[in-house]
Amino acid sequence: MPDRPLPGQGLAQVSVVRRVNRAIGLVPPLAIYVLAVLPPVLFLWQAQTGRLGVEPIKALEHELGELALQVLIATLAVRPVNKWTGINFLKLRRAFGVVTFFYVLLHLLVWLVLDVQFLDQIWADIVKRPYITVGMGAFALMIPLALTSNNLSLRKLGPIRWRRLHRLMYPVVLLGAIHFVMLSKGFQLEPYVYLGVILALLATRVRWAEWRVA
Amino acid sequence: MAGRYKSDLNWSDVTPKDVWLNRRKLMAGAGAMALGSIAGPAAASLNARKTAYGEGLESNTWDEITSYNNFYEFGTGKDDPSRYAGELTTDPWAIEIGGLVDRPGSYGLDDILKDVTLEERIYRLRCVERWAMVVPWVGFELADLLDRVGVQPSAKYVAFETALRPEEMRGVRFPVIEWPYKEGLRLDEAMHPLTILATGLYDEPMPNQNGAPIRVVVPWKYGYKSIKSIVKITLVEEQPPTAWNEYSAHEYGFYSNVNPDRDHPRWSQKYERRVGGGLFAKQTPTAKFNGYGEEVAHLYAGMDLIVNH
Repeated sequence: MPDRPLPGQGLAQVSVVRRVNRAIGLVPPLAIYVLAVLPPVLFLWQAQTGRLGVEPIKALEHELGELALQVLIATLAVRPVNKWTGINFLKLRRAFGVVTFFYVLLHLLVWLVLDVQFLDQIWADIVKRPYITVGMGAFALMIPLALTSNNLSLRKLGPIRWRRLHRLMYPVVLLGAIHFVMLSKGFQLEPYVYLGVILALLATRVRWAEWRVA
Repeated sequence: MAGRYKSDLNWSDVTPKDVWLNRRKLMAGAGAMALGSIAGPAAASLNARKTAYGEGLESNTWDEITSYNNFYEFGTGKDDPSRYAGELTTDPWAIEIGGLVDRPGSYGLDDILKDVTLEERIYRLRCVERWAMVVPWVGFELADLLDRVGVQPSAKYVAFETALRPEEMRGVRFPVIEWPYKEGLRLDEAMHPLTILATGLYDEPMPNQNGAPIRVVVPWKYGYKSIKSIVKITLVEEQPPTAWNEYSAHEYGFYSNVNPDRDHPRWSQKYERRVGGGLFAKQTPTAKFNGYGEEVAHLYAGMDLIVNH
């Protein structure tokens, strides 16, 4: 999208936006993937060295889940940020999405391998515990998105079908927020903040005049 | 009366003091953990009478017991109590004892402690969240205090209340549950020799994050039944309202006996994980009544413990 003054923007802001966009343009998606490896490695190191407290499994699980939600929010924010400020992260959005999947996968693996440990318990939890069912649902919906996050799939599906498929991101992010709200003990603020931010971002996707999701 | 209960845990199961003190020093040297976040034990030892017996378990370290806590009055994070509970004033302290008792009144902590024999009680602790510890508590039997104030025959339950001080407890500014924290026991549970009022651990005065200056410990029930920093004890005829039960009755029953056969609706209770085992700690099966069935199962004879969870 070309740099152009948005309503209410002066020329000075346009030049800032232009510079920011030029800087973003210099970042190859590969850099996002490389950087994305750092937080989980840091968490793992912290967990292993006692820096996540005396019960590192739960802490690691929680850190990864929250990180996944944060990147999910960033992915979802790319379009409204562009609409409102002109700053354009679209080029990196697919990388954000893939990174989200990577974090959700790690979160799931920590839960499976380190936390629950027993196969029968894992299956029982998935079918019996609503917050886990919801979390697994979100993960399952992300699989086709991760598999088609490449140029070949985009070409094969065609941009219209590809974009329609990738609207699955909306239920994914909503399920992720609900998952967090459901697993909390007592009435806690943090999960509702995530849910609120996510609902607000989803609301920007609705074309209210036509009453349909764009 | 002290000495009614024989623990199956041995004094030798406890991590020796010099060992945990050394561990603390090592941690302090390591840096990050030492930034004032963990209160060290006060200098004065309580000289609690050692009760000993049994074997098979090993106490968690001072650091584990005092850095991983649920005490939502100071925040919902596990490390919030160790960070912020220091803001609670625990001296002077008094407990308002009332209801169906012969000698109601406000009892100062010194007064409460003057005639009791402090004992070391090494108990398993099982949290409803599926983590577990072994804690060398110091305390005396709740029955001692109840006998002293004179429980009237019509009393059937004991209700407890935690202090509520918004200026000292930052967690209560948000309604995570309904404050003040309330708990309750049936009178026979309260009078059981395993049930203690604890004033310390590892022979040191109770750290604030663990419920200073005085708290209940009921080892066969999920941890939240063991109410901390008590300011009120009331003997009543009807089952009293309790904090987590009021919040979500199908998740947190009034009895809340540790029971692997009755899952929490959001997670299984069949297994538990001992705190302190690191990233690859194994889960172990949870024992009914947290392993205290021999001592307490008779209290629930004929009761359906799934319905009365």
